[in-house]
Amino acid sequence: MNLALTITKKEMKSYFNSPAAYIVLVIFLLLSGWFFASPLFINNQANLRTLFSIIPLLYLFFIPAITMGLLSREKNTGTMELLATLPLKDTQIVMGKFWASVSLIGVGLLLTSVHFFTIILLGTNVDIGAIFCGYIGLLFLGAVYSSIGIFASSITSNQIVSLIISFFIIFFFFVIKFFLFFVPDFLVGTFQFLSIDYHFSNIIRGVIDTRNIIYFVSLIVLFLKLAQSSLENRNWK
Amino acid sequence: MIRIKDLTKNYGSVRAVDNINFEINEGEILGFLGPNGAGKTTTLRMITCFLSPTSGNIEVENMNINNKQLEIKKLIGYLPEHNPLYIDMTVYDYLKFISDIREIPNFSTRIKQVIAQCGLGGVVQKTINILSKGYKQRVGIAQAILHDPKILILDEPTSGLDPNQIVEIRELIKELGKEKTLIISSHILQEVQAVCSRIIIINEGKIVADGSTEELQSAFQNKTKLVLELMAPENEIPEISEKLNEINILSISPLSETTFCVEVEFDVAKDVRAEVFDFIKTKDWKILEMHRQNISLEAVFRSLTIEGGEK
Repeated sequence: MNLALTITKKEMKSYFNSPAAYIVLVIFLLLSGWFFASPLFINNQANLRTLFSIIPLLYLFFIPAITMGLLSREKNTGTMELLATLPLKDTQIVMGKFWASVSLIGVGLLLTSVHFFTIILLGTNVDIGAIFCGYIGLLFLGAVYSSIGIFASSITSNQIVSLIISFFIIFFFFVIKFFLFFVPDFLVGTFQFLSIDYHFSNIIRGVIDTRNIIYFVSLIVLFLKLAQSSLENRNWK
Repeated sequence: MIRIKDLTKNYGSVRAVDNINFEINEGEILGFLGPNGAGKTTTLRMITCFLSPTSGNIEVENMNINNKQLEIKKLIGYLPEHNPLYIDMTVYDYLKFISDIREIPNFSTRIKQVIAQCGLGGVVQKTINILSKGYKQRVGIAQAILHDPKILILDEPTSGLDPNQIVEIRELIKELGKEKTLIISSHILQEVQAVCSRIIIINEGKIVADGSTEELQSAFQNKTKLVLELMAPENEIPEISEKLNEINILSISPLSETTFCVEVEFDVAKDVRAEVFDFIKTKDWKILEMHRQNISLEAVFRSLTIEGGEK
């Protein structure tokens, strides 16, 4: 896995050598800050609930954008041939890219901790455990979306196509909960289990259940495996 | 060292490589020649484990590409066609990245050697993006030789370069060929002729010729051409072939009122240059120039690949 981290390092450098990472981080912080701060004094509660409910929505737009180029650009510029002929396994390529995306999300989340310190200063009886769980949940959510983004990036050499595909897959998992009314009764349980929000809202309540973790991890594994097999299946090119 | 057996590759219904067989021995410099679209790149991509064969087999140092890909990739240095590079990196960062992946021990001394060998000294800290095409090509070659591979595969290493750059890259390739097994693909004949000890010509996915440069030339020619520049009366020049019956005159073209360029051909087995000279001495003409011209590989190449195309 050491080699995967070499790829992660390369991707992180490429994020931070270009304006892309800074723009993404600044806009992410501005939006999350605005949505967090504006209702803070109206609610008059010292928690990060508003932040935790708005970040998944921001993810929907930001994560497809930061993952869209990870593999498709390599394909487009031909550097995929370079990577594929270096002594690397396809898993290592995919994992390297995945950790890069998760790390960038991690940096973004770390920066939102400024809101955490704000409520520590302003409020009393802050439930630090719940906030900790919330961040764990957000990191898992980001990782799931990243794996979807990387899968979308692996099936095309066009970044825009990749962006749109990952956006719609993520959107699908995001909106399942709204379709529960239209689903026959015996399927409601299944659909609810598929809904990413169902698992995420469990976690931000401060309950980390293995079922939720298994759900997140299996989605991550599923999409990374799909990405890997689409890389292996380069022969039709 | 590399053994290719019944190798076939289909892209959908298109057969890019059609049942080819050959072996490459250690230390050989192999020119892989063919018109565009002949299947050169596809073959090289299969040797470097980028594509998998539809059928057939490749062994590198007795390791099969089906189950020893990582080991094979470690032995091979590869410059892909169009030389893909991470253009937003500096030359140093790029080579560092490659060496991290190849897990090269004592990177700092190795990179110095490679930079010196490829003449990259002045541009190490520059972003690849702003380099000239010749320098980019050097960076690509530096990447390929960084881990000192036994086998070096260069896919059209000089395409798109200007004549000076071509000469520089060719010198570099010659230098590398002294210590490595080298495969160079090209559609430019002079290039292959200049560097390679052995040539494989491939057309429409099939091998149409395989041999050393000299073998290929002699296999496809039985006449040698002699070019003469003479000071002689025009009407008497045809006497050459009348007196010396092994010779055919191909053309006589006037260069000025008194000098003519005469092209004659004779059987490759017999050298008639001395007789031509003696004949001209008896006539009291003057020889300004006389040289022998081998039928070039170009002619061989054209005859092989165009015939192939008509089949």
